[in-house]
Amino acid sequence: MMLKKTILGAVAFLAVTLSGGAVQAAGEYTETYQQDWSFSGVFGTYDENQLRRGFQVYREVCSSCHGLDFIAFRNLSDAGGPHYSEDQVRALAAEYTIADETADGGEREGIPADRWPEPFPSDQIARDANGGALPPDLSLIAKARGISQPFPWWVFNYFTAYQEAGADYVYNLLTRYEEAPEGFEVPPGQYYNEYYSGHLIAMAPPLSDGIVSYDDETTPETVDQYSRDLAAFFQWTADPHMVSRKTMGFRVIIFLIGFAVLMYIVKRRIWRDAH
Amino acid sequence: MATASETKATRRDFLYIATGAVGAVGVAGAAWPLISQLNPSASVLALASIRFDVSTVPEGSSVTILWRGLPVFVRHRTPEEIEAARAVPLSELRDPEGDEERVLEGHEEWLIMVANCTHLGCVPVGESGDFGGWFCPCHGSQFDTAGRIRRGPAPTNLVVPPYEFVSDTIVEIG
Amino acid sequence: MANHAGNYTPGSGFERWLDDRLPIVRFSKEHLMDFPTPKNLNYWWTFGGILAFMLVVQIVTGIILVMHYTPHVDLAFASVEHIRRDVNYGRIIQGTHAVGASMFFAAIYVHIFRGMYYGSYKAPREIIWMLGVVLFILVMATAFMGYVLPWGQMSLWGATVITGIFSAVPLVGEAIQTMLLGGFSVANPTLNRFFSLHYLLPFIVAAVVVLHIWALHVPGNNNPTGVEVKESRDTLPFHPYYTMKDLFAIIVFLIPFAWFVFFAPDILGHADNYIPANPQVTPSHIVPEWYLLPFYTMLRAIDFNVLFIDSKLGGVIVMAGSLLILFALPWLDTSKVRAGTFRPLFKPFYWLFVVNFIALAYLGAQPAEGIYTVLGKITTAYYFAYFLIILPLLGRIEKPAPLPVSISESVLGKAKG
Repeated sequence: MMLKKTILGAVAFLAVTLSGGAVQAAGEYTETYQQDWSFSGVFGTYDENQLRRGFQVYREVCSSCHGLDFIAFRNLSDAGGPHYSEDQVRALAAEYTIADETADGGEREGIPADRWPEPFPSDQIARDANGGALPPDLSLIAKARGISQPFPWWVFNYFTAYQEAGADYVYNLLTRYEEAPEGFEVPPGQYYNEYYSGHLIAMAPPLSDGIVSYDDETTPETVDQYSRDLAAFFQWTADPHMVSRKTMGFRVIIFLIGFAVLMYIVKRRIWRDAH
Repeated sequence: MATASETKATRRDFLYIATGAVGAVGVAGAAWPLISQLNPSASVLALASIRFDVSTVPEGSSVTILWRGLPVFVRHRTPEEIEAARAVPLSELRDPEGDEERVLEGHEEWLIMVANCTHLGCVPVGESGDFGGWFCPCHGSQFDTAGRIRRGPAPTNLVVPPYEFVSDTIVEIG
Repeated sequence: MANHAGNYTPGSGFERWLDDRLPIVRFSKEHLMDFPTPKNLNYWWTFGGILAFMLVVQIVTGIILVMHYTPHVDLAFASVEHIRRDVNYGRIIQGTHAVGASMFFAAIYVHIFRGMYYGSYKAPREIIWMLGVVLFILVMATAFMGYVLPWGQMSLWGATVITGIFSAVPLVGEAIQTMLLGGFSVANPTLNRFFSLHYLLPFIVAAVVVLHIWALHVPGNNNPTGVEVKESRDTLPFHPYYTMKDLFAIIVFLIPFAWFVFFAPDILGHADNYIPANPQVTPSHIVPEWYLLPFYTMLRAIDFNVLFIDSKLGGVIVMAGSLLILFALPWLDTSKVRAGTFRPLFKPFYWLFVVNFIALAYLGAQPAEGIYTVLGKITTAYYFAYFLIILPLLGRIEKPAPLPVSISESVLGKAKG
């Protein structure tokens, strides 16, 4: 039939259009090695221990240059997050000095309600200390970075609720520092990263094996493990209510399905006399 | 005896009522977040209880700190002031309340009160007035060394917020 | 046509008293309950009700977000994060509003394409259609301004690009753009006025919806056969038949809606909008929200000058034309037959138009280079050809299939077959 032919033709046209995209993009495309995360999929939750390890790496390695603006100390004791005890958080906060105009001398000890302190007093000072490059704030980094996937793979994301692109990005970025290939010029103050867009990044490789020592003896102290833990931690800082949100989601969707079934029966009953 | 059509009607009514009830649950469930968001947010609640190191307040003086946006007096009372407060017979008070009820046992020297006059909310001035306590400049209420109303328009004593000592010198208010 | 002979008889004395002064009960009964509606409407017709529901959802969640939001360039981004992190259920409410915009547009597109397939824009329903186009444009403007409010990178640069459209107007373009922005770039004055308008427009939308429904209630609904209602046997009262059907559809619609809100709230947005706006750095690839993409492609498709019209102005004319042409649709389609079901030649062109529209959306998200620019031009050309060439010609050369005599007959026929 004519209709069928047109639809087929249209689908073919669409397929050509879309795959044209994939071919086109192939030149610039860098594959992201997607990881298995405890928080992926609709049933995923954060691994408390992993978040704590990630926080430790952040604190010992990243925090000297990168801020964590939207995280307050109190968040570290949230259920569904690292879930430290309130006393641990209070003690941690007290280790930091917080600028406070209302306090004597303009500063005071930190309290759980305080935000994570900025590493630099201003963006300009941060730039000056880092060879002109501003280290980005990391609290939303896992939401602010995506990965590129060729068609049709990104289509499936809508059905698998893939929200881990940022974590995959962080993991790939941190684990894919490499020697520059022959003939690739790396200017001073820049480093070669196979994954980073354009391959030149101003951040020196921040991690090395054994740089952070975990309390837990069984967790390997490798760049790969550090990167994985950090990525998980940043996923949490960007999406701290994920666990409760998903729990609520199950209730809502199950309710809606039940209600829809009931409404369908009601609708059928009412319409039965209409025909 | 129920006829066939009546049974049918009953079953139908039950279906409608059940569906209506489920719908009502759904509406209530959807409405709850919309109402709950009016309550204080997590960042506000995080400051709902504060800690204060009282060792910074020398005997005989008082500081005003902020708690939940309200000024709070933390007064380090002298033994004489405590004695004066305890010597007052309850019958002389407009809002009868013993000094013991307004401080914590073992920490009698610390008088911690919300610093808003119970009349119309002005902040009274400390160490003044006829009773050695506070004097409210707005309408002339006078409070004694336990923060109790003694003269003037204020109807009740200054309000003592919930607090506890988490150590010898650290008090947690709220 | 529609039977307006009300069968409302005020019962009590109070009802009579009220009915003489403000016949609101009579009005509700006639227009919300007893309104005669063709009995053969399919599920594509439920999207009108879904859209009314979505408008309410967006207004309610929006009013709540305003309670916690701060329209200032230094604070807007942080205030949205505050909502997501600290406000009770803030993540859900904000997610519902953001995902809601996408769901709203999904329903709008279904509603529009349904109207285009079944010829709902044809006489005597031209005004309903034109009010619908007005609503579509108003909702696009509202959504665009709403997207600016979180003040992320895409907010800032999307606003920069879209307001740049106005600078294409000859002679006064720059002046208009400056006036719109309240400055020489997208900055605090822009954010403040967009916030004000984003709050205002939904209420104007609601008012136009009233006109849209008023205009609908004069001739009554079109229906899948496109044959007008002939007798009361063809219709059913709106309540309970269509209220319950629409309610069922709304609840089914809520399932994918909830899926996105609870399990993938960010998948419909762009990662760059989680970076605070920075006027010194442009994102490598500026993409509008998906629902604006087809029009964005048409804007970009014109990369050549035509006579005295430069490419920039040309793109703006084409994009504006792609929307304005919808106003003329009732007169461009020359066929007397409404429903596409009975138009053998129309159907393939219609479905090609749908696929072409999806392709336009896809192309809008791709960089404007290589094969994409070529495809962008082809799809844009088909979009206009459909309205300007195909529809006017089809009506003249097409031989429609036989129409059912009446709605009841078509319903009975189906039941037998």
